[in-house]
Amino acid sequence: MTRTKLFALTGASLLGLMMTANAVNAQQSGYLSLLIDNGPQSVAVAEAWVAAYTEKNPDVTIDIEVRPGGGEGDNIVKTRLATGAMADVFFYNSGSLFQAINPVQNLLPVTNEPWQAGIQDSFKSVVSAGGEVYGTPFAPAMGGGIFYNKPIYEELGLEIPKTWDEFMANNEKIKAAGKTAVIQTYGETWTSQLFVLADFYNVLTEVPDFAEKFTAGEAKFATTPAAVKGFERLQEVYEAGYLNADFGAATYPDGIRMIATGEGAHYPMLTFGIGAIAETQPDHLKDVGFFAQPGDDAATNGLTTWMPDSVYIAKTTASPDLAKDFVGFIGSPEGCDIRNEAVGATGPYMIAGCELPADVPPAVADMLPYFQEGGHNGPALEFLSPIKGPALEQITVEVGSGIRQAADGAALYDEDVRKQAQQLGLSGW
Amino acid sequence: MTAAVAPALKMQRRSLYPGWFYLPAAVIYSVLFLAPTFASLYFSLTRWTLFDATFIGLDNFAQFFREPFLIQGLVNTVIYAVITSGLKVVIGMMLAVMLTSQIMARGYLRSVIFFPVLVSTIGVGMTFTVLMHPTQGMINQALALFGIAGPGWLVDPKLALFSVALVDVWKGVGLATVIYIAGLVAIPKDYYEAARIDGATKLQNFFYVTLPLSRPATATVITLSFIGGLRTFDLIWAMTKGGPGFASDTVASVIYKQYQAGFYGLSTAGNVVLFILIAVLVVPLTMFLNRKQGHE
Repeated sequence: MTRTKLFALTGASLLGLMMTANAVNAQQSGYLSLLIDNGPQSVAVAEAWVAAYTEKNPDVTIDIEVRPGGGEGDNIVKTRLATGAMADVFFYNSGSLFQAINPVQNLLPVTNEPWQAGIQDSFKSVVSAGGEVYGTPFAPAMGGGIFYNKPIYEELGLEIPKTWDEFMANNEKIKAAGKTAVIQTYGETWTSQLFVLADFYNVLTEVPDFAEKFTAGEAKFATTPAAVKGFERLQEVYEAGYLNADFGAATYPDGIRMIATGEGAHYPMLTFGIGAIAETQPDHLKDVGFFAQPGDDAATNGLTTWMPDSVYIAKTTASPDLAKDFVGFIGSPEGCDIRNEAVGATGPYMIAGCELPADVPPAVADMLPYFQEGGHNGPALEFLSPIKGPALEQITVEVGSGIRQAADGAALYDEDVRKQAQQLGLSGW
Repeated sequence: MTAAVAPALKMQRRSLYPGWFYLPAAVIYSVLFLAPTFASLYFSLTRWTLFDATFIGLDNFAQFFREPFLIQGLVNTVIYAVITSGLKVVIGMMLAVMLTSQIMARGYLRSVIFFPVLVSTIGVGMTFTVLMHPTQGMINQALALFGIAGPGWLVDPKLALFSVALVDVWKGVGLATVIYIAGLVAIPKDYYEAARIDGATKLQNFFYVTLPLSRPATATVITLSFIGGLRTFDLIWAMTKGGPGFASDTVASVIYKQYQAGFYGLSTAGNVVLFILIAVLVVPLTMFLNRKQGHE
């Protein structure tokens, strides 16, 4: 780093400090728009933050605008950024989807803002582009794995599986007992990707440099046996007849209800589902546990982790100082406390000083050991590589409902990935 | 009109309406239609991120035709258009014949048939998605009462496209019926009287009088519903989003998904393909239908 740059950075952080000091002493005033996704948790927590913030700063008005999630939401975010019509502050994914919204051009960097000092580096790496940090986590870290219904496990005397074979053996017993072994909800296509995405820790244990080679266009899903396995597992579960009868039409809320009430024994999902269970089935929250998607070897059993979504500031904002102050509020221990109160704790926070309450739901407690000493975890592919093919969810619906063979699905996904890599202008494609 | 009168009329028209009267329309047409059309032709040749565009020649088109689900989308589009326009012609004609005859509550029935046309497509799509749910949907629950195990209307890859097409027919047949009613009412009664004197049966009446004389209505119904079927999007998106997998994708839904994924150049190329597809199928079709009409 050159001297001038260093000087500029120091200056910027001093300025930032002064502004925060200012915020502590004097109340903020002005107007902000806040664009959030329509997940019930996002809405509840955003409302709680806005209420708390505007209570402290009565002269601030914050309008919450809700958008759909999934591909529809990507579309809205990209289009509004491209046309300069983005809200001042907005929620969006970190990792590969963040890279696809052209952050350097569209977002306000927050690298040297005071609250960033408390944010873990592993998170900063997935919201950085061109040497600047753009995001602040607004949720805890997540794991991708399998929810299980505890009463069914107790009733049938099952053990938490450490290998895929044990998992399938459990499924067989559950099916023999006349119950639905695995819940799938292809009515919302994004939920179909979990068996493939959550298998990535297992891919990494066998091919540690898969992500780099994948980004460079050298490693493919179809030609890497460890990577095809996720698709094969998806197909196996379907072919064994373990799925709920309405797997093709059921939706995510159906899946949440089924795993909580014991209509099914396993549901592959991200742990943010805990929040949805707490919201819609509070009486059954204690009935749901969680384990990582098992691989071939019990010794390397570990969890595929997801970085939380992030809150960003659009470069087009008319009130950058107010926006930064509000984002800093979300990214503070106080923000975490408000979140814990509004939607409960769903996993470990990426912010220093943020504590989990003592009485976390069992599914959260099940997840924590993977993050602690002696536990194994590794990030999902979308946080190691900027490439994620947009058609994966359709392909996994096909493989997961017997329309397409696993190997064929993996090859089709490689083709889909190529388009995304070309669009991002990566070399080697 | 004789040859001598025609030029005189033309002259008169020219003096009545000066050329620059066209200007406002021409400006609107160029800004809202010509400019975007040519811009999209250019962008279809680029890798476009909305922020910048790289010229890549015909790569987008090569990509578009290489992918299996895009080709399937093309095939599905044509199947969908043929099924919906075919059924609308047959059912619309039958309903129109019924509703122009002397039956009870004719006015009421006419409005009932037309009613679905007025309802929002997305609303219809969502309603039928609920009705067609494989286990909790009313359709399959009703079938279960008779001991029939209903199929997965929207989740069986072999059925999904046809289920959506049927809903499209349910929603659109009212319009076809109204066009046919207008066509049938316009047929002079003399023909039917002459036929009756000749001793024609009801069936002969239909095949030798009604059917040939309602050809203009048929041409309109076919053209409208065929184009509508080719560019259909809203109903498919509301009901299956092209799924399961890619089983009910049409060109329009594939284009939308490429756009959603941020492949703006590729999706623009898809729009160019759709434009050409509609032109190639519809222009000869209308020429064929209109020529037949001219013989009358």
